[in-house]
Amino acid sequence: MSASAERQRPDGQQRAEQQAAEQHETWPLWEVFIRSSRGLSHVHAGSLHAPDAVMAVRNARDLYTRRGEGVSVWVVPSSAITASDVDARDAFFESAEGKEFRHATYYTASEGVPHL
Amino acid sequence: MRHTDRAISTAVSAETIERELEEGLDRPPDAVARYALGLGDDALILAQRLGEWIAHAPELEEDVALGNIGLDLLGHARSFLTYAGSAWGLGEDDLAYFRDEHEFRNHQLFERPNGDFAHTIARQLFASVYFDALYRRLTSSADPTLAAIAAKALKEVEYHVDHSVQWVRRLGLGTDVSHVRMQAGLDAMWPFVDELFRPDPSAAGLEGVAVPPEELRDPFDRTVPAVIAEAGLRVPDIPAARGGGRDGMHTEAFGHLLAEMQVLVRQHPGATW
Repeated sequence: MSASAERQRPDGQQRAEQQAAEQHETWPLWEVFIRSSRGLSHVHAGSLHAPDAVMAVRNARDLYTRRGEGVSVWVVPSSAITASDVDARDAFFESAEGKEFRHATYYTASEGVPHL
Repeated sequence: MRHTDRAISTAVSAETIERELEEGLDRPPDAVARYALGLGDDALILAQRLGEWIAHAPELEEDVALGNIGLDLLGHARSFLTYAGSAWGLGEDDLAYFRDEHEFRNHQLFERPNGDFAHTIARQLFASVYFDALYRRLTSSADPTLAAIAAKALKEVEYHVDHSVQWVRRLGLGTDVSHVRMQAGLDAMWPFVDELFRPDPSAAGLEGVAVPPEELRDPFDRTVPAVIAEAGLRVPDIPAARGGGRDGMHTEAFGHLLAEMQVLVRQHPGATW
């Protein structure tokens, strides 16, 4: 079973890791998203360890916004993210291949259409 | 250029102060310089202590957090020392690296050894709340340079308070071990709190410029006991230490701190990298 598939279906090992984190043996992992002052959306910046969500926001501030990168920070427990299977990416994303008609550039504007 | 030409509070730093002094900014009178020296020493010595945590904190993330706070404090120290030194024709490095123990004016709290993480957090809580109260008042100092340094520092210190409060709460309400250690940290640092609020000879006679330390006790008492109580801990009932940091009297641990801070520049004068 691939690592990413494992993330989709928590098995024994992941539960053990969660329990270890809950017992403060290790701090859980958080994914950090930063929105820059001119950005429209939060962009994934990286990940970090923190004991809880409140401290994760503070650690994110220290690790990822020291040079004025952001005006807003989101943190999400890494365990809350469901990922696609990297090993199955060929099959998963193949259907977009060869379908140029899904891009606007596939089409030519007809004569006499003034505002396209 | 006069003080008043500067846009107060916008990222004043040692470099901007140095440049403006060259361009004709008034040098502080001796009394103001001696007051600034004490403030600079407080920030410098605590910054040096926090730097000792680099690569030793419980987690990498906390390494960075304590390092950031230390660097903020170092920035405040550099501004105060640059301004103070200009009165005597000395640079920030002259003051930081070429004075001996009895010439430093920092309060003794800031030189206390790091101890364990809880000791450091206790010291940081007391220090940050003190700095917050002090800089809040100093922003309206009649000396515009001190006011500008304070305004810049205040924004950073507000975060330092938050960091300490979060950790006192977590350690106090965490496990039995963390609770005991947090209480031990508070107890170890408490004797050095009183000194922060004793009359300061370098502030006396500078009405409107310096903040009388006695007046900072009230905001401290409105904040710290509540933080301690919310964390399930008790406010220590321990006699105050002798103090005397502002007069150049320091605790045994201070000599070791200075030796480490000054050894490189004294062994290799003029070294740069």
